[in-house]
Amino acid sequence: MRLALREALRSFRRAPVLSLLSITTIAFALFVVGLVVLVGLNVRAALEEVGERVEVVVYLRRGTPLEAATFAMEDILAFPEVADVAYVSEDEALRKAREELREFQDVFDDLTRNPLPASLEIQLKPAFRDALHVEDVAERLRGFRFAEDVRYGRDWIAKLDRLRSIAAAVSVLISAAFAAASVIIIGTTIRLTILQRAREIAIMRLVGATAGFVRFPFLLEGAFKGAIGGVLAVILSYLAFAVVNRLVLQGRFFSPGEAALFVAAGLVLGLFSSAVSVGRHLREI
Amino acid sequence: MITLTRVFKAYPKGVFALRDVSLHVAKAEFVFLTGHSGAGKSSVLRLVYVGDLPTEGEVRVAGRPTQTLRPRDIPKLRRRLGIVFQDFRLLADRTAEENVAFALEVTGVRRDAVGPKVARVLAQVGLAAKARAFPHELSGGEQQRVAIARALVNDPFVLLADEPTGNLDERATRGVFQLLREINANGTAVVMATHDLDLVRQANYRTIELESGAVVYDSGVDAGDAEGTA
Repeated sequence: MRLALREALRSFRRAPVLSLLSITTIAFALFVVGLVVLVGLNVRAALEEVGERVEVVVYLRRGTPLEAATFAMEDILAFPEVADVAYVSEDEALRKAREELREFQDVFDDLTRNPLPASLEIQLKPAFRDALHVEDVAERLRGFRFAEDVRYGRDWIAKLDRLRSIAAAVSVLISAAFAAASVIIIGTTIRLTILQRAREIAIMRLVGATAGFVRFPFLLEGAFKGAIGGVLAVILSYLAFAVVNRLVLQGRFFSPGEAALFVAAGLVLGLFSSAVSVGRHLREI
Repeated sequence: MITLTRVFKAYPKGVFALRDVSLHVAKAEFVFLTGHSGAGKSSVLRLVYVGDLPTEGEVRVAGRPTQTLRPRDIPKLRRRLGIVFQDFRLLADRTAEENVAFALEVTGVRRDAVGPKVARVLAQVGLAAKARAFPHELSGGEQQRVAIARALVNDPFVLLADEPTGNLDERATRGVFQLLREINANGTAVVMATHDLDLVRQANYRTIELESGAVVYDSGVDAGDAEGTA
């Protein structure tokens, strides 16, 4: 182990430029992937925020007793899709209308009696905020005796659905493409550093080094470079994120767990490409 | 010790490097392998250190057919062979003593045993004073001595030398050859591939001549004493 560590360090010392170059390449390859993933995460977060506005409103028949509505609320809350139910009384509805529709102030002032019905506003759990589930919930709500009408933004929700699936498909595709490109770039970079030492590997084999003995320092080196590249990529992503955040829009960055995953991905990539390249040289002798 | 029996070695495209080669190298023997370049000298050595396997026939080293060796047995066998090349094959970023020590380290020898062993073989090849020199600071002859020290450090039963004097001037050639003779005198077999006929004539050692991959002359067999040490 100590010997392997010494050998790995030796290669850094001997070819510092090549080592730095390969770390930089890995960092930038992962950085690009990081940016793409970050954009994807933010688009998803934005869509989720929009999705929070998905709600179903049940307008109650005039004269529905409060107790009946309260009982119904408990039933509705028991639906697996439902996150929350709120009762909006007739008075409250009018107050809200006055607040939100100031331009109709005169109309409201001329009213002799409140024309607005009481209602139940139903929020759905995030997983059920698509057209199919909303439709299903609305259908069940129509079954309540006191339900005068059930409303939800049917077209709007269908559009949101489409947007969501497009965003998901595009971000998965682009991330996969960039990830594949970076795997190839990182693999090639590491192969280059090992190619440069093909002669050394041959000598090691000739003096009787086992395959494992030759391989281990290279794996160590590859994993180390990959991890450093990953850390640099996270730092670069953060810098890019900070600039965008300041100048253009507020977004979210990787959570510590996601950032750690990123570094781990670099490590595994470095390890894997080293293993493949060294294996090829080991077979030759 | 080393026995080739009816060995053929074919390379892709149907080129034969060796055709029907049979030979035996006995313990503590000194054998010259001669012939033009491309005659098959290096191919014979490669088969012995298991850099290759024969296409046909059998190569036995230290009693075992090389085809039956598992991949993890090959390094173990190589530690019992000393191998020296025309181009020295030293690690450029390591000093003479580090190059020699490396051959010990790969075998997992205890750290405190490495130093004395390295010092002993470097003294044996006459380079005790240059232990800390890097290969580029050494002459060709000195570099080859380092390579020989590295080959010797694991106490091999045979030293395989592929044109060890090919890159050396006359004086360095004499020195390296003298060193190989001393090593042989101490009981290590030496198989030396060379096309330097002056060297071959200087000493009365067994000589095997190859031509187009076939053995055309073997002084040991002609003398009716293939096992002899000449």
